[in-house]
Amino acid sequence: MTGSLLIDVPILSILIFLPAVAALLVPLLSGDNLVRWFTFSVLVVDFMIACWLLITFDNTTAQMQFVESTPWVASLGISYKLGVDGVSVLFVFLTALLGWICVLASWTAIKKRLKEFMICLLAIQCLMLGVFCALDLFLFYVFWEAMLIPMYLIIGIWGGDNRIYAAFKFFLYTLTGSLLFLIGILVLYFAGGRTFDILALMAVQYDYDLQLWVFIAFLIAFAVKVPMVPMHTWLPDAHVQAPTAGSIILAGVLLKMGAYGFIRFSLPMLPDASHYFAPLMQGLSGVAIVYGGFLALAQQDIKKLIAYSSISHMGLITLGLFTFTENGTTGAVIQMFNHGITTGALFLLIGVVYERTHSRDIPAYGGLLKVIPIYGIFFAIFLLSSMAVPGTNGFVGEILVLSGTFGVNNWAASAGVLGALIGAAYLLGIYRQMLLGPIRIPGAAKISDLNKRELSCALPLLLFVFWLGLYPKPFLSILKPTLAHLLEQTMRVGL
Amino acid sequence: MSEIDLAAITQSVVATGPEIIIICGACVALMLSLVPHPRQHQILASISIFMIGLAASMSYFLSDYPQTAYAGMFVIDNFSSFFKIILYLGTTLTVLMSGKYLVKEGVIQGEYYSLLLFALLGTMIIVSATDLLMIYIGLELQALSIYVLTGFLKSNARSNEAALKYIILGAFSSAIILYGMSLFYGLTGTTNLNQMAAALSTQDQSDPMLILATGFMLVGLLFKVGAVPFHMWVPDIYEGAPSPITAYMSVAPKAAAFAVIIRIFVVDLAILQPIWIFSIAAISLLTMALGSFAALVQNNIKRMLAYSSIAHAGFLMLGLVAGGTGGITSIMLYLLVYTFMTIGIFAVIIVLNKGASRGESIEDFCGLAQNNPALAFMSLIFLFSLAGIPPTGGFFAKFYVLTALVDKGYVELAVVAVLLSAVAAWFYLRIIMLMYVKQPTEHTAIDLNPSIRTVLLIATIGTLLAGLLPAWLLDFTANSIPSVFG
Repeated sequence: MTGSLLIDVPILSILIFLPAVAALLVPLLSGDNLVRWFTFSVLVVDFMIACWLLITFDNTTAQMQFVESTPWVASLGISYKLGVDGVSVLFVFLTALLGWICVLASWTAIKKRLKEFMICLLAIQCLMLGVFCALDLFLFYVFWEAMLIPMYLIIGIWGGDNRIYAAFKFFLYTLTGSLLFLIGILVLYFAGGRTFDILALMAVQYDYDLQLWVFIAFLIAFAVKVPMVPMHTWLPDAHVQAPTAGSIILAGVLLKMGAYGFIRFSLPMLPDASHYFAPLMQGLSGVAIVYGGFLALAQQDIKKLIAYSSISHMGLITLGLFTFTENGTTGAVIQMFNHGITTGALFLLIGVVYERTHSRDIPAYGGLLKVIPIYGIFFAIFLLSSMAVPGTNGFVGEILVLSGTFGVNNWAASAGVLGALIGAAYLLGIYRQMLLGPIRIPGAAKISDLNKRELSCALPLLLFVFWLGLYPKPFLSILKPTLAHLLEQTMRVGL
Repeated sequence: MSEIDLAAITQSVVATGPEIIIICGACVALMLSLVPHPRQHQILASISIFMIGLAASMSYFLSDYPQTAYAGMFVIDNFSSFFKIILYLGTTLTVLMSGKYLVKEGVIQGEYYSLLLFALLGTMIIVSATDLLMIYIGLELQALSIYVLTGFLKSNARSNEAALKYIILGAFSSAIILYGMSLFYGLTGTTNLNQMAAALSTQDQSDPMLILATGFMLVGLLFKVGAVPFHMWVPDIYEGAPSPITAYMSVAPKAAAFAVIIRIFVVDLAILQPIWIFSIAAISLLTMALGSFAALVQNNIKRMLAYSSIAHAGFLMLGLVAGGTGGITSIMLYLLVYTFMTIGIFAVIIVLNKGASRGESIEDFCGLAQNNPALAFMSLIFLFSLAGIPPTGGFFAKFYVLTALVDKGYVELAVVAVLLSAVAAWFYLRIIMLMYVKQPTEHTAIDLNPSIRTVLLIATIGTLLAGLLPAWLLDFTANSIPSVFG
């Protein structure tokens, strides 16, 4: 039924490669404004395609939809195969949404080498969409790993003072993880009958020992990306040094890929190993929630604080995934989406004041609510959403994860609750120090409030905060069949 | 007995047509180099490329007719044809890069081209030879030509030093190979690889003499490849040699040496595999480790690429360990992709060259993205390809080696290999950082003449196509492996 009229249009390929084609055209353009508008309009078109995808998506089935498949390297069983299910379509949408927001966020912030920056943005957009759509492991890996190139350049060229260190750290951490992932892929390839087709590989029952080893290889790759404690140290550096758009992409989409990897590969392909390692995963997640939260409490640098809070929040997501309960996994996926929206918005707003004051030091601010009230309100709402206040998106995800976890692992669930408390402490701390109190920042009078461009980035994100917070049903119903199918696959345990 | 079989001779001469064409080309170039002419370099380069083209078409024609020549000393098969493609390609691109460089360095001798063609001839003989004597002749012809070419910058002390070192160490390694060959002759009574295989099939595998013979042959050949612990010559010689010759060295002789190793040890004398497989596995890991770690601290770009080529040689040797169809295909594919990306990055170095006497510092790459965005972007592709990041050809090449390894169950080896290649990524990234982040140290106009543009273009297209559409390349390579595995 879905898109049956347009069944022959390779909609996913268009979605993925439109930014790439645009990236090839950017060098031919002249004039900075033209480059900005061109990139912006391309990504808006891409976003509209993603919206169309979401609207026509059939949420009664767990089948892959909009599937395209052509042989790529036939002799090795590699094909160019794309398709989306309930989980991936949501992240395709999130990626496409954050895409054009990133362009707007960099409108004036990026002054040097604008063309190259926009090329990087377009390239990374293409690759991220590719990761979420790929149904062939080799293709997935190509997108996954190629993403390092533009991200490395975005941090390294347009980042802060210590950007080179941060870019190297980001690249090498991720590369090392990814390469082990590659070996894991190859082992699965030979064990699964020489095919890279993800759906075919899911159908195979692998040996118990093989599952354990492959799980470890995958775990290292995904744990770096998520990031899970103790592989998290690259994240604060990368976030602090990256330009605003880089931080939004990192927090909004890149971190999701680790969790997406667990959902797409570890859980359905390696169910025995997933169950075997579940206590470890729950434990690591609990540690990440509390440890990340405490680290966030101690930060003075606002970007660093949000980075550590991301580690804490991502811990909640991995916790939810490894409970193998319907509430837990649904909450985890919802939380992934939320985290993309909320943290993306926070980095966006931090970028807005940073552009005006060039300070990331929390105590240096104060009284922003008086100076720039609209900004203050937006910032406050996103902080509350990050805190998971009822009525915002964060609440839905967090409550689902916690309700899924209690009964499975009470210690980890308690860690989740503790994490929420610590989260309230540091997020309210930001609120108090930056928005209330006396105006401390020099030249405060000259700071202007959100302009139209910035408003148009923040408003859609605000919309999702409340939509998900007040009426999450559409999102839940998209996820329901897919996650039910996932749990079925995960329960296929025992030899 | 003494009757001369005219038909056989004619057949042999036709079969070695490409080699004969290259000899003629080399001689013509040698004679023409005596005639002073203002555009001598261009003329000689054109003649060289024309002759290589002629030889390539002849090879293409011959590739449909697999045959042996000169009483089984020489063979034309898909395997040798494939390697000849790499050799023709590598030499042509080297010739194209050379002109401007030589003029800039004030080298006016036209023998350069003649020597390059002789080196090509040597490597062509190596890949087609099926007789130890023939292999040795090819190795020596190639090595002698490159000794001279290494020292071609006569007034440059480093170039001279490199040439001298190369001659001494090269002669040493040749002697070791020769000794191994003589032991094999003593054991089997023949130098023909097929007959040796037959003789060895009845031989006791634990015969110390056999182990010694295998060891000597391999040590000599690994020396040519630049594997640890026989790698000491590589950095000095790469640094001192004229840049186009360094590029040539890292491609053609290495490909030829791998061809010979595959032909002797993986195909014809596969029976010896239990003797060498563990040491080759260990050496390949050591080679990768040393290459990757030593490259981290280099400040001369050519030295750095020397260590990088050592690391790549180590990765290639993993293909030997894997063996079989997959292993051989992976080595061949890797060598072809490696040709594109290495020649590409050396072309960039030649463009940035500010006089060999000053040395090629990594700092030369500073601010390249501002001076010339297109050139910087191409370097970016070559460097990421060398680091093995998709969607470049370098990734697919590495991927295929790993596939062959995992297929044979050497998963642990594959894990160590990828971890070491993550180390190696660091120094390629360092250059990229310099290009894109640092300010140019001095503003120099970048001079891109048409021939170097051609080289860069071919290298870029080759590197990218191998990554994006690897299917064709893979099928082509898989069809070129020796027929025993067909």
